[in-house]
Amino acid sequence: MFLLEKLKDLGVLSPRKTEDYKKAWYKFSRNPFSVAGLVIVIVVVILAILAPYVTPYPHHAEFFVDFANANQPPSLAHLFGTDQFGRDVLTRVIFGFRYSLIMAATILVIVTPPGVILGLIAGYYRDRWIDMVIMRIADIFVAVPPLVLALAICSVLEPNLFNAMMAVSLMWWPWYTRLVYGMASSLRMEPFIQAAEIIGASKFHIMFKEILPNCLGAILTKVTLDAAWVIILGSALSFVGLGAQPPTPDLGTMLSDGAKYMPTVWWITIFPAMAIAVIILGFNLLGDGVRDVFAAEAH
Amino acid sequence: MRLTTYLAKRIGYTVFVLIGLSILIFTLARVLPGDPARMALSPRAPEWAIERLREQLRLNEPLPIQYLYWLRDAFSGSLGESLVTRRDVLTDITEFLPATLELLLFALIFDVALAIPIGMLAGRKANTWVDNIVRGFAYIGVTIPAFVFAIIFLLVFGYVLQIAPTVGRLSPGVMSPPKITGLITIDSLITGNFSTFVDAISHLILPSFALALGPIAQEARITRSSVVENLNKDYILASISHGLPERRIILKYLMRPSLIPTISIMGLDIASLMGWAFLVESIFNWPGMSRYGIIAMLRKDLNAIVGVVMVTGLVFAIANIIVDVIVSLLDPRIRMIERAK
Repeated sequence: MFLLEKLKDLGVLSPRKTEDYKKAWYKFSRNPFSVAGLVIVIVVVILAILAPYVTPYPHHAEFFVDFANANQPPSLAHLFGTDQFGRDVLTRVIFGFRYSLIMAATILVIVTPPGVILGLIAGYYRDRWIDMVIMRIADIFVAVPPLVLALAICSVLEPNLFNAMMAVSLMWWPWYTRLVYGMASSLRMEPFIQAAEIIGASKFHIMFKEILPNCLGAILTKVTLDAAWVIILGSALSFVGLGAQPPTPDLGTMLSDGAKYMPTVWWITIFPAMAIAVIILGFNLLGDGVRDVFAAEAH
Repeated sequence: MRLTTYLAKRIGYTVFVLIGLSILIFTLARVLPGDPARMALSPRAPEWAIERLREQLRLNEPLPIQYLYWLRDAFSGSLGESLVTRRDVLTDITEFLPATLELLLFALIFDVALAIPIGMLAGRKANTWVDNIVRGFAYIGVTIPAFVFAIIFLLVFGYVLQIAPTVGRLSPGVMSPPKITGLITIDSLITGNFSTFVDAISHLILPSFALALGPIAQEARITRSSVVENLNKDYILASISHGLPERRIILKYLMRPSLIPTISIMGLDIASLMGWAFLVESIFNWPGMSRYGIIAMLRKDLNAIVGVVMVTGLVFAIANIIVDVIVSLLDPRIRMIERAK
């Protein structure tokens, strides 16, 4: 019994306890930058969810025209000014958060599982034919800069938000496969994996119950940082006209619309640009914080 | 020399990846829903025109046959006719590629010239106010995408301050130098046309700097952390206690190992430069391959899209091979591992 207690204390038997989460949170909350990132992300998510209730002119989000109030500079009635159709830019920016977040969430939910599973398989069966096939295909997908491949795929589809999400999903999985592959192929040499193999644990058990939990920290970090990346990609696609189409209040579309009125009517462009920067900053700070927590645990 | 076998292997693998890439992009362009010929023309185009385009693109053949035709043409120096310019895509790309390469080259010059000194400085003054300022700027540089920088530069430097031109490669009225390399800065220097050179540089500053800011920030951060790490190593302490001059310690002993991670990351950052070039060229109306690519994509010009993606992949692969060679020259350990294999 004593030995069992001892093992529990060492965290061997039940590796995750509330205390561990408390410790992780303590570590995370020590860094003001990580907390700032978390706060930014939470605020953006809440604004996006409550957009119809918190924005001053919710009916300005989609198609709406009021030329009498077009191109108004920032004022108390319109904190971020109005655009070329007289729509409130603040309202549209907050609705824009919705599209960015929906895009990030959808893509990462679609892409992470297959990417991770392929990486686990290739890593566990390192140097067998299946590793060769998976990793060589992954190499082909990363042979061009991600933005270029996403643009190319989008261009042959009808331009809209859904297809933009599909296009980014189609080319994003190899990054997860490569990440997990690297970890899985070194983990499989560890004594605890070999012990499991000797006991006769199934391949499925070893991949998903032994290797995967050890990769979760890195995967979670990557998901957080990738949320920023996907939002950048999405806004870039709609910026060139291959993603969400006007009048959808997507931040990228707003940027490209505004760019036409640039020197004088600067507020149509600058506020969406700042909004993109804020979301990306939030996810980056949060991601760095998550990484620090898991890095500390690994040591 | 082992480097040659290593290079041969790398080049062989690159050929494999590029062929794979061509199959991927070729298949995607044809398999995805929607009739490419109909999309390239317009929804109201007459049926016979669409049918003629289908013939021309060989869309009526089975997919593998289409690909083999494409591959055969590619090896005989033709990437098919562009629907936009009505010329061979390869002719178009050879015309527009130098402008893109010039832009990327200047972005890389900015990148190397700024990221390394800034990172070294921040690393040597770690945890002082200098380091904190650098860290703040680096965060901004990493988080704001290049096309947002491009728009901000356009507004601030192009319109408000009016210190740099924002459109194209040369001012109107300035004659372009005779085409030797296609890079206006180099051509104008070769022909001794100094005023054209200055004009070309002034056009390059804003777009290339907008492209370079992200990589500068990223690499400055990485240089900083490896400088901090290496400064704590025994050999640095040993050389300080031997009384070696500080300059020599920094330039000779600290810089070399500290630059290895920076240059490895540079290989990845080149990808981001090439990707963002597609947007930055459009914003600054830069007549390069990337802007041509964007126009082709908006017009559903299949041959041009496939061609641009392939050339981008080729340039990216060459850049990465160069980066790997530089890293292996800097780091004898990597060469040892290669030799041991």
